[in-house]
Amino acid sequence: MTGFFSLFRRLEGPQTVGRGRAFWGLFAIVLAVALAYPLFSDGYTVGNTVYFFVWVFIALSLCLIWGYGGSLSFGQTAFFGIAGYGYGVLTLNFGAAYGFTLVAFVAAVAIAALFAVLLGYFMFFGRIAGVFLGIVTLAVTLMLERFMAQTAGPEWHIGAARLNGFNGMSAMPPLTIPWPGEPIVLFADVGLYYFVLGLLVFVYLALRILMNSSFGNVIVAIRENPERAEMLGYDVRKYQLITFVIGAALAGISGVLYTAWGQYITPSSMGMTAAALPLIWVAVGGRSDLTSTVVGTLVVLAAFQALTIYGSQYALVFMGVLLVLTVLIAPNGLVLGAMNWLGRLAARLTQRAG
Amino acid sequence: MSLLELRKLNKHFGGLHVTNAVDLTLEPGEIHCLIGPNGAGKSTLFRLILGEHHPGSGEILFAGENITALKSFARIHRGLSVKFQVPGVFKGLSVRQNLEIALQSRHRGAELEAEIGRLLGFLGLESEQAQTAGNLSHGQKQWLEIGMAISLKPRLLLLDEPTAGMSPEETRMTGEMVQRLNADGMTVLAIEHDMAFVRQVAQRVTVLHLGQVFAQGSIDEIVADERVAAIYLGQAHA
Ligand SMILES: Nc1ncnc2c1ncn2[C@@H]1O[C@H](COP(=O)(O)OP(=O)(O)OP(=O)(O)O)[C@@H](O)[C@H]1O
Ligand SMILES: [Mg+2]
Repeated sequence: MTGFFSLFRRLEGPQTVGRGRAFWGLFAIVLAVALAYPLFSDGYTVGNTVYFFVWVFIALSLCLIWGYGGSLSFGQTAFFGIAGYGYGVLTLNFGAAYGFTLVAFVAAVAIAALFAVLLGYFMFFGRIAGVFLGIVTLAVTLMLERFMAQTAGPEWHIGAARLNGFNGMSAMPPLTIPWPGEPIVLFADVGLYYFVLGLLVFVYLALRILMNSSFGNVIVAIRENPERAEMLGYDVRKYQLITFVIGAALAGISGVLYTAWGQYITPSSMGMTAAALPLIWVAVGGRSDLTSTVVGTLVVLAAFQALTIYGSQYALVFMGVLLVLTVLIAPNGLVLGAMNWLGRLAARLTQRAG
Repeated sequence: MSLLELRKLNKHFGGLHVTNAVDLTLEPGEIHCLIGPNGAGKSTLFRLILGEHHPGSGEILFAGENITALKSFARIHRGLSVKFQVPGVFKGLSVRQNLEIALQSRHRGAELEAEIGRLLGFLGLESEQAQTAGNLSHGQKQWLEIGMAISLKPRLLLLDEPTAGMSPEETRMTGEMVQRLNADGMTVLAIEHDMAFVRQVAQRVTVLHLGQVFAQGSIDEIVADERVAAIYLGQAHA
């Protein structure tokens, strides 16, 4: 029982910005607004909002591996793609009855994680680090993209699922929750919104607890000084591998949700642009903090989409400008910088009041 | 049984023979100092003992066990601990968190908090506990890293130039701390250029020169040895 409560104490700690009543009050308000939002909107807009939420998981995966762990992975989209295709292959073969889409969800994420075990073992135990880790992971995701792009022929199929080359795979069933009477099909509107929101809140809180635990301590210690961490008796490569696998699973969650949301997935989801975008979201938000990553990703995605209406070239220029501004003004992230500034301001105000 | 035994350790960096058939034996409970001119191979010998480098040939025995093929973290679990020449603290983290990371695998909960507090007091870093470790003075970083190293309660503590950058007063305090730890049963192997420190703590001294054990004995024997004086003078002229 005490163990259970000490878990909740880990919601706050040195590895996460935001603590105390003010922060959790704000958190509750934001959550309440998010819960009420579909009541004041239409299904199409809500479905569009889910699309933003879907990407937050891959952003969090990069936050974990790069921001906390210090290893820049350029290829989180590889796990995104593997899980996305995995979900497609499984559900196109076995359908959506008896809650199988949920099984396929878990299985697809597990396949991505398993792939990360193999790749991560090769990298970390082969002592590939720093910029080489970025190169290897980027090469892997681009290779997967190339491979999937040439699977157009009818000979490329897994059971009933045609891989379809560059056009991608489509028409897989959406996530479906078995229910007495009639199963609940989570089409890209209100149903899926609540499902993804719930998952997002759960993952966010779980990661806060994980990063403020002794495990999280070791992860940031390795980022700061891997040699010292090893000389305190920590098996550095093992910790790096575990972090990498957790990150892959998070990217895989994005992949499955994306595939289930639009009922399609294409090789370009593992391509160069797709691989670069999460880096920008996370860098702009604040890679070394979970909250900054979530907020930054959502804000940048929303701004990006708003600008796309005027032409996608402006949106891409905007992303570039944003990245340059971040590097110049707040190298640790704009959202993180703003939150730290607010924290200092609040501290000064309470000091003056007290 | 001796605590550490190095047998004919050889290490090459390209054409450079950094350690040349080094034999060294440490008895449990002794304070042993390793001295020698710059580039003699002292720090490299530490890295061999710790498993950061692997010897081309030779063996390392710790408490009778051959640890030559063990990974670094596993050697730490056997009872080794180190303070590096260049202070290796977690620069971006607070002083308190640095100590927590060192202590968390042996203590939990309230006990962990108490242990951190005790160590902060011991190191005289209480008022700096919320400070980012990278902002500490060089001497304070040295203390912090020594604190992290001893918090593992090692059987053998390796110190690579523990007093570099310290005032004579701080050097003397470090010496006293080493003696106190030794009185509690810790064996210490220290690399040091500061002769006052060596004189204060060393029970035995080994001189390393060009990767070879050049001389060994008590501090008085070493200081009286003209050949040892010659290699230091030779270096000063070079
Ligand atoms: N990783 C390495 N690769 C190549 N050469 C190295 C490496 N590490 C050390 N050396 C060289 O090996 C020699 C011994 O270095 P080492 O650091 O062991 O000397 P030291 O006795 O600790 O000297 P100091 O008193 O200056 O610390 C030096 O010539 C050094 O340049
Ligand atoms: Mg040295």
